[in-house]
This record gives sequence, C-alpha cells and structure tokens, in this order.
Amino acid sequence: MDLSTAYDALGADLQATLSLWLIVLGGLIVIVWDAFRERDALIPVFAGLILVGAIVWDLFQLTAEPATAFYGLIRTGGFAAFVNLLLEVSALCTIVLSVPYLKRIGKDYAEVYGLVLFAVSGMMLLGAANNLVTIFVGLETMSICLYIMAGLVREDEGGIESALKYFLLGAFSTGFFLYGIALLFGSTGSMYLAEIGHAASTSTSAMYWSGVGLLLVGFLFKVSAVPFHMWTPDVYQGAPTTLTGFMSTASKAAAFASLILVLFYAVPYEKWTLAVAVIATITMVLGNLVALSQRNVKRMLAYSSIAHAGYVLVGIVAGSAEGYAGALYYLLVYTLMNIGAFGVLALMEWDNESGRTQSLDSLAGMGYTRPFIGVAMGVFMFSLSGFPPFGGFLGKYAVFAPAIKAGYTWLVVVGVIASMVSAYYYLRVLYVLWMKDSTDPAAMSNDKRVALTVPASSTAVIGFCAVLLLVFGVYPEFLQMAVDFFSPSAVSIAP
Amino acid sequence: MEIPVDWYLALSAILFLLGVIGVLFRRNVIIILMSIELMLNAVNISLVALSQATGDVSGQILVFFVMSVAAAEAAVGLAIVIAIFRNKLSVDVNDFNLFKH
Amino acid sequence: MTPQFLFFCLAIVAITAALGMLIARSPVSSALWLILNLFCVAGLYLTMNAQFLAVVQVLVYAGAIMVLFLFVIMLLNVAALPSVRDIDWRLGVGFVLGVALLAQLSYAIASSTDLMPAEVSLESTVATGSVEVVAKELFTRFAMPLEMIGVLLLAATIGAVLLARRVSPK
Repeated sequence: MDLSTAYDALGADLQATLSLWLIVLGGLIVIVWDAFRERDALIPVFAGLILVGAIVWDLFQLTAEPATAFYGLIRTGGFAAFVNLLLEVSALCTIVLSVPYLKRIGKDYAEVYGLVLFAVSGMMLLGAANNLVTIFVGLETMSICLYIMAGLVREDEGGIESALKYFLLGAFSTGFFLYGIALLFGSTGSMYLAEIGHAASTSTSAMYWSGVGLLLVGFLFKVSAVPFHMWTPDVYQGAPTTLTGFMSTASKAAAFASLILVLFYAVPYEKWTLAVAVIATITMVLGNLVALSQRNVKRMLAYSSIAHAGYVLVGIVAGSAEGYAGALYYLLVYTLMNIGAFGVLALMEWDNESGRTQSLDSLAGMGYTRPFIGVAMGVFMFSLSGFPPFGGFLGKYAVFAPAIKAGYTWLVVVGVIASMVSAYYYLRVLYVLWMKDSTDPAAMSNDKRVALTVPASSTAVIGFCAVLLLVFGVYPEFLQMAVDFFSPSAVSIAP
Repeated sequence: MEIPVDWYLALSAILFLLGVIGVLFRRNVIIILMSIELMLNAVNISLVALSQATGDVSGQILVFFVMSVAAAEAAVGLAIVIAIFRNKLSVDVNDFNLFKH
Repeated sequence: MTPQFLFFCLAIVAITAALGMLIARSPVSSALWLILNLFCVAGLYLTMNAQFLAVVQVLVYAGAIMVLFLFVIMLLNVAALPSVRDIDWRLGVGFVLGVALLAQLSYAIASSTDLMPAEVSLESTVATGSVEVVAKELFTRFAMPLEMIGVLLLAATIGAVLLARRVSPK
C-alpha cells in the first residue's frame, strides 16, 4: 500500500465522519482554553455550540446512503447518523443542565465539558463501529471518561467510592470483553464484523461461541442488564445528578447500538435469541421489583433504568428490522425521559438540606410551589411508566410489537406485567409531588424556598424534553420513519 | 522447531484465570488493579499468537491499543485510589461499604 | 536449546510469578512479581517473532505502568495489608466461575484447531511481526483508532489530575 494514496483515502473519509472530528476538536479546544483561562463562563457555551454544529451536520447525514469509512472500520449513513444525533442531543442537554448545577455544588471545572465531548466522541465511535478494534477503542474512550465523571464529587464520600466500584467492575468486564474479541478473532480470522458473520454462517466452533458469550458479558455490563447490574444503583446515586442523566442515556444508547450491529452482522440469528430473551426477562422483572422498595428517588430511577434496558433487549430479541428500529426509537424516547427526570431532580436538589438526600419525602408538596417542575415531572413519570398519550407508550409498542411477531409472546406478557408494576413507583413520585403536604415545617418557610431559582436554560431543556415526548406520543409517524430508514441500512451489508 | 498455537492459548487462559481469581479474592485495591492488568496481559498473549497464526496484523495492532488502554486505566484507577486514600486512609475494599444494603 | 524448551521455561516462570503476585502479602512484592511476569510475557512475544510488541511491553508495562504502581504504593505507605481474609460468598461465586471458565476455555482451545494452522512457523511470522508491517498498518488502516487512542490518553491524563489533585479551600 502506497502511503500517499493511503492518506488521500483517509482524507476523503474525513468528510463523512465530520461530526466526530468536530466534537474531538471541540474537546481539545475546551481543554486548552481552560488551561489559559480557568473556569471561563464561555467554555460551556462553546461546547454547546460545537454540539449544535454536530447535530446540524448529522441531521443532513440522516438520509445519506449507508457506507463505511476509514478502511471499513466505521459505519456512516442513516443508522450512524441517528445514533450520533441521539448522543449529541443527550450531551447538549446535559451540558446546559450541568452549568448551573455544577456551579451550585462548587464543582464547575471546565474540564468536565471537555470530558463530556471526549465521551461523546468515544460513544460515536462505539455506536458506528464496524470492526472489533474500533469497538474496543470506542468503548474504552467512553468508559474512562465516565469513570472520571462518576468520581467528580469528592467531598461527598459516596461519589468517589461509587467511582471506584464502577471503575473496578468496569475494568474487570473489559478483561472479559477483550477475551471475547480474541476468541472471535481466533475462530474466524478477522476483526471485521461482516467477515466474522460470514465465517460463522458456514461453521461455528466452540471457540466462536465462547467469544460471543464473553463479548455479550461486556456489552450487558455496559447497558446494566441484570446479572451484571450491581454497579448501577451506587454509581447513579453517587455521581453528580446531571451527569447521571448523561451516563444513563448516552452510554446505554451507544452500547445498545453497537450490540445491535454485532448481533446483526456477526452472529447467526437463531442461536442467541433465547439467551438474550431470558436476560431481558430477569432484567425487566428484577429492575422493576427492586425499584418498588426504594426510598431514594435517584436510586429508584437507577433501578428503573435497569428495567428499561430490559425493554430495549425485548426489541433486540425480535431480530427483525422493525425490532432493531423499535429498540433505537425506544432509546430515543428513553433518552428524553431520563435526561428530563434527572434534570428535574438536579433542580430539586438545590432546594434545601432534605433535597440533597434526594429522598422521596423531600419532594412533598413541590408541585404547588413549583408548578412547572411538577407538570414536567408528571410528563416524564407518565411517559416512563408507558401511559398512552406520551412517547413512552409508543416506545414500548415499538419494542413489544416486533417481539410478538417473532413469536416471543411470553416475553411481551412479562414485559407488560412488569411495566404495570412499574406504574406504582412512578406514580408514587407524582403522588408525593402533588398530593402530600410537606412534613418538614422548615422547608415550607419562605427563606428556605428562596434558594430555588430555576434558571431559564434548565427550564428550556426540561420543557424541550417534555414537549418532544408529547409530540412523539401523539404522532406515531415518527416511529414509522425510524423503521423506514433503518430497513435500507439493514439490508446493505458492505464490509 | 515450531511451538503449537494451542500452547500459547492455554498459557493465556491460565494467566487470565489467575487474574480473575486475584480480582475476586484479594481485598487490597492496588492488588486488584494489578490483577486486572494481568488479565489484559494474558489476553494479549492470545491475540499475538492468533495474529501470528492467521497472518493478520490487526491482532497485534489491538495488543498495542490494549497496552495504551491499560496505561490509561492504571492512571485513572490509581488517581481514584489516591482520592479515596485522602478521604479514608485505607485501601481495603471491605471498608468501602457506604452503599451496602 | 529448542524453542519448545524456551517456551516452557518462560511459561513456568510466568505462571509462578502470577501465583506469587496473588499470594504475596505486601503490595510491593506483588508488584515485583507482576513485573517478573510482564518480562516473561515480553520474552514470549519474542518467541512469536513479535519484536515490536516485546519492546513496547517492556517500555510501557514494566517501564511506565508498574513504576506508577510502585510509586503510588510508596506514596500511600501501606506496607502490609492482610491477604485473603474472611471467606464469604465471593469464594463460591469465584470457584464456580473459575471452574466454568477453565472448562469452557480448554474446550474452546481443544476444538479450535480446524480453523487455523496449528503451529506458529518462523517463516510465516517474520512477515507479520516486524516493525515495518505493524507501523504501516498502524498508520494507514488503523490511523483513525490510533487518533482516538490519543483522545483516550488525554482524557485519562486530565481525569487523573482532576481526581487526584488536592481541593483548594475556597
């Protein structure tokens, strides 16, 4: 291979993945900027503008033909653009919500915005990866940034300890993931997903299946499916609230997108579905049941996010283009719901001392004193539990319908029962928010309440998420669009 | 003259297992981190052996990346350990039970 | 000295060193055992004709990572902590997991021979293990992940500083 032609080819591919490079460059500029002018108020604005630019670029890429870039290492086109958009929107909302929140808790390091941008670039690499090497690099870039974010609140001892737990278990699972990659590489002789799938379609060895199993362990850890979920509640509770929203949405979306690509291209369909269906079942059941007994709202949302990973897995089990599109659509809706819910929690945390503990009682009577927050939280909670006029309902429909079509009726029955159970703890939040009088007399006195001033930027983001959820819930056309655009990119298997 | 690939894979499996045992049974955070390094290192032996056997260099490229990741993980992990040590003056994982239920 | 004999020597020392790391009481001796293991693995890379990786192994692992470990151990001054203390549920889980993993891996390895050449021959490996071949692949086909590894290392550096620095009182 002549080097000059190789670099011409690489240069030509830069354009197709422009949003990735824009975000990497933005992150680098943020780091250098912060080195010269520490905690400059313009840094988050700049990071946000970079993300807006990337969003605009990826909107135009939605209709692009599916292709691969950089010697087939990364996928471009509709699927990749959709995943990228999801990640960028999540990161943008997080940055806007984080600015006042981090300032409030005294952790307004500008490096955080650089780390968010770097994490997004790793996720974009992971979500569009077409090669095991890229999957590994993307996954690790994302994970390292998340370990750091989880440990950001240091005086609060819980934060750094949950970061240690996250780090140790994450690095441990990386070992298994890597072993899986090695076994897949050894049994098929290639790192490219499509070539692995091609080799596997003729003959599969025990080494191949061990590799797939170990790879699945790594993925299921990242999406916090049940046997590998132990880290989730502690980490979500210990991390800064707005960054918890980012972790619970963007990292899951990227890992699920990559899981879909791996299962779709590299593994023959019939063999893995039952195992994933069993994992989806226990994930939905256990996540929802444990969430019932939680008194801490943040911890409850962590268990609920475990349960939601189970719903997404149901869509993946279906194994059809509709199933995968449904899983992606669910991730989109879930991102909006969870970013919004954690954004509201972050606002409440400011309010008073009992707000810091994030216990359910600290929300008592908040609906009347802060009607906007109360109404928005209502939208998110109804949507999370899957009531009809909101996006969450259509999301559940999008993952359950293809599973029924694929013959997994029992799985869908379990899913529906589990989400009925979940309604109890979601609606309990609303009950406390609107129906219950605050038991803490100090919290009701005016001088304490003054502390809560909702910044316009947070209002805008929470309002945006709530309105979008209503729009997605009322117009099913968007779901159809997701299915339509996934199908063509699914059929073209070009390594 | 030649060494079978299986020997390397077997050695790699044994070392990986020792690393897993270290993570599960040692209590000292720093030794757990070292065990994780041992696991990654064990996989690297497999990757190089398989890469040489199949004649595909990408296995060795991945080993190169794994080494970078191991360095990054060591840096972040030890930074977290130092931060905790400042808080609690201990590196025994049994003491880190703030969230245990 | 035949290559097989060399392999066995290195393998036995590597396993012994790993065991030594596991059962050593103090973190310092654990770290020294691990360094011995890493050197053996570098030697194993040489038996596979992967000279570039052997050099990088010594430089990165033994030269950088383990020095960092030793440095932190000295800094924290935790000379001797008790090794395996109370035996709880982890023993059972670990035992089952370990046996399952060993059985599965030995089965996987035993059944793998049909898909690839059984032996690493010197003639074929010289072509793929040299610095030229690795460098060419690294800077053309894998140039993009290489750039991202740079991002990862930068993020890790910044994060390590962010986490480990003393909080200045406001």
